[in-house]
Amino acid sequence: MSGGPRLRRYHAPVWSEPVIMELGRKGERGVIVPEVEKEVSRAVGKAASLVPAKMRRREPPKLPELSQPQVLRHYLRLSQENLGMELNLDFGEGTCTMKYSPKVNEELARLVSEIHPLQDEDTIQGILEVLHRFGRVFLKAISGMDEFCFQPGGGSEAVFAIACMMRKYHELNGEVEQRNEIITTIFSHPCDAAVPATAGFRIVTLYPDEKTGRPSTEALRAAVSKHTAGMMITNPEDTGIFNPEIDEWTKIVHEAGGLCGYDQANANALLGVTRAREAGFDMCFFNLHKTFGSPHGSDGPACGAIGVRREFAKFLPVPIVVFDGKKYHLDYNRPHSIGKVRDFYGNVQVVLRAYAWAMSMGAEGLREAAEISMINNNYLEKKIAAIRGVSKPLGTKRRLDQIRYSVEKMKEETGIGVVDLNKRVVDYGIQSYFLSHHPWVVPEPFTPEPCETYSKADIDYWAAVLKQISDEAYSNPELVKSAPHQSSISKLDEAALDDSDRWAMTWKAFVRKRKKG
Amino acid sequence: MERQHCVHPYIPNSVNDVKQEMLREIGAKDSEELYAEMIPERLRLRKRMSLPDALPSELDLRRHVERILTKNKTCSEHVSFLGGGCWQHFVPAVCDEIARRAEFLTAYSGEYTSDLGRFQSFFEFQSMIGELVGMEVACLTTYDWGAAAGNAIRMASRINGRRKVLVPEAISPSRLAILRNFAQPVQMPSHIKLETVKYDPETGMMNLDDLQRKASSRTACVYFENPSYLGVIEANGNAISEIVHDRGAECVVGVDPISLGVLAPPSDYGADIICGDVQPLGVHMNCGGGLGGFIASRDEMKYVGEYPTHLISIAQTQREGEYGFGYCRYDRTSYIAREKAKDWVGTGTALWTIAAANYLALMGPQGMKEVGEAILQKSHYAAKRLAEIRGVRILFPTFFKEFVVNFDKAKKSVPSVNKALLRQGAFGGKDLTNEFPELGRSALYAVTEVHSRDAIDRLVEAMRRVI
Repeated sequence: MSGGPRLRRYHAPVWSEPVIMELGRKGERGVIVPEVEKEVSRAVGKAASLVPAKMRRREPPKLPELSQPQVLRHYLRLSQENLGMELNLDFGEGTCTMKYSPKVNEELARLVSEIHPLQDEDTIQGILEVLHRFGRVFLKAISGMDEFCFQPGGGSEAVFAIACMMRKYHELNGEVEQRNEIITTIFSHPCDAAVPATAGFRIVTLYPDEKTGRPSTEALRAAVSKHTAGMMITNPEDTGIFNPEIDEWTKIVHEAGGLCGYDQANANALLGVTRAREAGFDMCFFNLHKTFGSPHGSDGPACGAIGVRREFAKFLPVPIVVFDGKKYHLDYNRPHSIGKVRDFYGNVQVVLRAYAWAMSMGAEGLREAAEISMINNNYLEKKIAAIRGVSKPLGTKRRLDQIRYSVEKMKEETGIGVVDLNKRVVDYGIQSYFLSHHPWVVPEPFTPEPCETYSKADIDYWAAVLKQISDEAYSNPELVKSAPHQSSISKLDEAALDDSDRWAMTWKAFVRKRKKG
Repeated sequence: MERQHCVHPYIPNSVNDVKQEMLREIGAKDSEELYAEMIPERLRLRKRMSLPDALPSELDLRRHVERILTKNKTCSEHVSFLGGGCWQHFVPAVCDEIARRAEFLTAYSGEYTSDLGRFQSFFEFQSMIGELVGMEVACLTTYDWGAAAGNAIRMASRINGRRKVLVPEAISPSRLAILRNFAQPVQMPSHIKLETVKYDPETGMMNLDDLQRKASSRTACVYFENPSYLGVIEANGNAISEIVHDRGAECVVGVDPISLGVLAPPSDYGADIICGDVQPLGVHMNCGGGLGGFIASRDEMKYVGEYPTHLISIAQTQREGEYGFGYCRYDRTSYIAREKAKDWVGTGTALWTIAAANYLALMGPQGMKEVGEAILQKSHYAAKRLAEIRGVRILFPTFFKEFVVNFDKAKKSVPSVNKALLRQGAFGGKDLTNEFPELGRSALYAVTEVHSRDAIDRLVEAMRRVI
């Protein structure tokens, strides 16, 4: 990539910060609890007298004792040792849609922080309006579905709600014993298999055809039977390949008596382009922390927003926000509902941010986000095609929002595989890649998703770093093998993580095992 | 499709020249041509979505959203006595400062090499919650208490291969609804039977005779809470766990962690698996969006191997004396094992794990003791003052921060009391009339360290006027 961008010098902050359990001195205080007024203590007596003797705590918990500036400093330093999306070109974390979370939405989200979910409906009309409008206006236009629910706290929990709704549907038809299988594909998110299994279903997994990179429609036809409860799949799959026969797929499942659930966690390239309804799905969900710009929070809180066709609305978790023309209400009176998957109404602050994001975009902006994410992906492909040792398996056809590449060739030729590469990339101030879910059907995989947040210059730079590491692998593999060199930390003894004599989930366990061993 | 072209501030490549340059490099005329290669015509949306006009100007957007949200009233401007699974507690400013840092707020799933900060924070949370509950293993937080309890009872069931779980009758109906979904319908072969254990009508504690009757060699676990949904301190923890262990079953305890500076940790009275919610520990209510469930246990293979959630372990690095952190037994998780996993793990509530770590570090042992004492004294003060009103009774005498207020003798329904209180600027307790009909016209009141004596006295005066 001669004439490409010059790579900048980088080193991650190194604070060598002790574990907080080692910090502080006895007697230090980080915060003082509100005072108990004299009249109160006089009226009720000592606190200990209010607890049955055998339920009183005898030994205080061995929490650290630190003053406030020391706690703040410790966690500020830890925050510096964390490469948030806003600091870097973060699109190596594919399937995650690492898009910009607008700052104004953070400020707006704070306006609901002091609301209790069980307040009288009259006092939460504002947040109910946001929930209702985001579903019935935005997600309706985007998905073509009729009713919406924001209770699930993430994509996987949305799959759980969908699996429970399918279960309920078959239960009402008296077929839940017979219809005990959910069909998914190996390139669908693993939750599409794991979660229905927790809900009690057997899982049938379809594997891709080598030429098309996706399972054949014949494979689906062979998989459906009187045992089919439903299908739970992504499209496009993790590979970025869109199944053009998706409407045929939903028809096949419907004809077999099953229901169709659409994992739209990654719908970024589809906004205003193609919808769950026309593809024939009964239920779908969107990850508002991905496609709709709510921040990922270091791994949540999140929201898996469910949409269903009218005939399945009765199964949705309660409550549902309804509007009578004057006021918004929480409707609990839904006798066929699956009940609840999470307490209250879900992470409403996440929905609020998504609403603000979508309002900022409008119909044109949403479509623009989709188009640019797709163009960015295809542009990145051109850059990656020129990099030695990297290939695009599973057919040459065009991909939508992301592509699962492979460095199998690099590994064969240099010994540097994707795990090594991923430790080197952080030396350039680029977030480690998301490689692939398991199993690795594509060997030595990685899956960038350059969504609309990233400029052409960003993409050029990111590709230049990959090119640089490829050059290093071919010229000085030891440099890559021994990475990271510019990180906050050196390489971990990963074997300890799976060794019961050495693993430690708490400081207490660590100290005990260290003494022993 | 007819579209006006706009450059959006969130989309750098919406600049037309750049877009054209990239399309040229790709070798396509426009995005339509690219989409046409992938998505068949019949599936493509041919019309513009029907949506309100966009507000790309930040100020316009802010005004629009603020206008909607002014229709809300908050617990800062009103005084609230609502609890029942989400509580108003004091949130130190440092918790917000750290949880709002872009480095934490916008990270996701990077490795320890780039995201050391979140891994270390998670480990520190686990360490501190472990101290609080008296266990050596704790996990990164999941969706909420209900999900944590659902995971915990399924862990117990997998450990001993039994499929019957005893839960208290005095449980939050919405938490029970979550557990029912985890337990599967009766027609399914791996169904877990949930059976409720009665509570004593005088004390609100678990009825031990009923537990004796129902616990058997087929019981996977008993799940109970301390304090219970009705606020009651379950003083018979030891007796319960003895009965449970006698049947070879697991003892699972749900706990409000903010009580543990003053209440005994469940490990003291025989808990094998502990779960609960971190929302009280430095997380705003967020209209219910502040919840985050945790699970803890002893450091034994039979428990560690059954967690569905992320477990962060400390480990040495190549550099002498340096610590690192990584996922323990990642092979358990659905990211590796798909349908053969221990249930599933997904995007949870990690930011609240970080906020709670800050909270516990700030509070320390003395802070946790004092906050527990303040809650006990203030809640009992409120209960005592309310009980002085003719027609108002407090049903169960031994409680931590929530208590049941009964209005039978006042002949007032809970909704009518609450409407009248609302007019005086107070959010009355949660209505229990339909959830627990045997308690008559009752409401669940929550009082915490945030309630001043003055606020409680005002509630009492308002209540006096209402009754």
